[in-house]
Amino acid sequence: MGRTLYDKVFEAHTVARLPSGQYQLLMGLHLIHEVTSPQAFSMLEELGLSVLFPERTFATVDHIIPTASQLRPFRDTLAEQMLVALEGNVSRHKIRYFAPERGEQGIVHVIGPENGLTQPGMTICCGDSHTATHGAFGAIAFGIGTSQVRDVLATQTLSMGRLKVRRIEINGQLRAGITAKDVTLYVINRLGVNGGVGYAYEYAGDTIERMSMDERMTICNMAIEGGARCGYINPDQTTYDYLKGRTYAPANDKWDRAVEYWNSVRSDPDAAYADTVKFRAEDIEPMVTWGITPGQSAPVTGQVPAIADFQVDEQESVKEAYQYMAVKPGAPIAGQKINVAFIGSCTNGRLSDFESVVSVLKDKSYKVAPHVQALVVPGSMKVKDEMLSRGWDKVFTAAGFEFREAGCSMCLAMNPDKLTGNQVSASSSNRNFKGRQGSPTGRTLLMSPIMVAAAAIAGEVTDARQLFGIV
Amino acid sequence: MQDAKRITLSGQGIVLRGNDIDTDRIIPARYLRTVVFDGLGEHTFEDDRAQLKQSGQVHSFDDPKFKGAEILLVNRNFGCGSSREHAPQAIKRWGNGIKAIVGESFAEIFFGNCVSLGIPCVVLDAASMERLMATIESEPKSKIKVDIQTKNLEVGGSSFPIVIGDGVRQQFLEGRWDTTAELLANKEAILATAKKLPYFNSWS
Ligand code: SF4
Repeated sequence: MGRTLYDKVFEAHTVARLPSGQYQLLMGLHLIHEVTSPQAFSMLEELGLSVLFPERTFATVDHIIPTASQLRPFRDTLAEQMLVALEGNVSRHKIRYFAPERGEQGIVHVIGPENGLTQPGMTICCGDSHTATHGAFGAIAFGIGTSQVRDVLATQTLSMGRLKVRRIEINGQLRAGITAKDVTLYVINRLGVNGGVGYAYEYAGDTIERMSMDERMTICNMAIEGGARCGYINPDQTTYDYLKGRTYAPANDKWDRAVEYWNSVRSDPDAAYADTVKFRAEDIEPMVTWGITPGQSAPVTGQVPAIADFQVDEQESVKEAYQYMAVKPGAPIAGQKINVAFIGSCTNGRLSDFESVVSVLKDKSYKVAPHVQALVVPGSMKVKDEMLSRGWDKVFTAAGFEFREAGCSMCLAMNPDKLTGNQVSASSSNRNFKGRQGSPTGRTLLMSPIMVAAAAIAGEVTDARQLFGIV
Repeated sequence: MQDAKRITLSGQGIVLRGNDIDTDRIIPARYLRTVVFDGLGEHTFEDDRAQLKQSGQVHSFDDPKFKGAEILLVNRNFGCGSSREHAPQAIKRWGNGIKAIVGESFAEIFFGNCVSLGIPCVVLDAASMERLMATIESEPKSKIKVDIQTKNLEVGGSSFPIVIGDGVRQQFLEGRWDTTAELLANKEAILATAKKLPYFNSWS
């Protein structure tokens, strides 16, 4: 019987079996940011330990950074303090830091791939659950807590259990106007937000194989929202074409050796999976969430589902969702008024995400509805620079969007970008939990970037395919 | 290290009903703007508490009858969402400090984070959980005893079998839930594993 990529990578990185029955796993890449690392460094220093492999740890600042102006010191003194702590830690421990003042900063899950740090066959961890994103390259990548950040700093290893592997196959041609975001929301809707608990998701099938790396990252980013600890896609030519020439990617004679190794970690054709689930690309429509978990979604052409559509044990949280979101079962998804539109985050803050929107806005005179505040927040300073050089900032501002500096921004609103009161936000991010976007009563509707743009212009949730004439 | 052992954990219970309670609700993101974990305790469930208050209801974490509780009782998929350890750190620091969590199921990362803080998350089936919650709601002063050794939970005259993985159970019983030292003990094996991986060795 063959082995999956997960099996191969897990086994190659296993240092020991611990008395607890867990495995001690070596980490190939450790990414850190300002929110979950300061306490880990304090614990490390209290123990009198140093960083074992400083050259395998990379730092950035993303969650707290303001997107209106990044001039120092930040007006928010708590945010400033966190950044000062990070700067102290990286300089004391000789860790490579992607600094804003050098134009390198960005969301941790955007800059890893962008700089070629994220590579197939690696184990990758970060004190952030959306580390799953890096699985798009055929890496085993997962989020960890702060005590584990300390462990990785001290030992480059973690104590972990072994996951089961579910193969999620998506085959067929996506219809016009359907994006990777719709695919990933659709999968979570079908398998449930707890469906993946105890699993690694391997995404496969010809639909996935045809996707660009940006699209694959959107898919893997939300594996965690389906309950899976990580998600991955086997590396192929698309992966290698993306990586070639990036700063930290192997070069010259090393490149061929690397590709050979990367090919060897792909899942074998006869690999054994715990189970396999198949979906048809043709069945997927633009998805919009109506509730308070990423699984509570429906096609834009559909309605808020009835209570009877859910299992008995889910009904309580569905009722809670109706109430919090102020939606009624049977109400059409399209037509819900919005106040804020947000395009960005580690799910959809990469160049191609903005390109999808620019391509429909360009040369048209669409305008953001007067009652809507619309934010465009690049996932990294590199993405932003590239957008500027292509003149996309002007396309957005001409249509009434605010073009901001890079960061996590309104994805979780740890910086000044926040909803107020019970505002409704159309958002390209990944979580619609209660209070997620900064107001305890704020409401989030997750959707793809073009669906967010369409909602911004219409002032309400609307089918982007109709508004933009996508056929 | 005697005090690191987690053999039995006893205290009053606090009932927090609801499935899929995520870490953003346990500790709202604005409280993550800090470089220490101190002071998080009082902000546990702050937004949920405020919202209920507004509608004239009382959140369990504000309910005087649960004051002083040390054993938290929850339902399904508790602690889902973000990997941030601020959530268990806040729970650990709330009131007298929560020492153990009993629930129908826990999100994986949250569970692991709790282990590294020495807080056992033990599992009870849905029917028993309902009975236990009802008991504590009507008699909040009852003492709950979570016995990691015998895998039992006792309250009043009743006893419920709890589920806890063997590995984690051993870690708690032996006081080895603080992993750093254990991992570091294998330093040679760590270096040897790194030596075998081509990408750790510049593809040579
Ligand atoms: S963009 Fe959102 S989900 Fe991604 S790392 Fe930032 S806060 Fe987390």
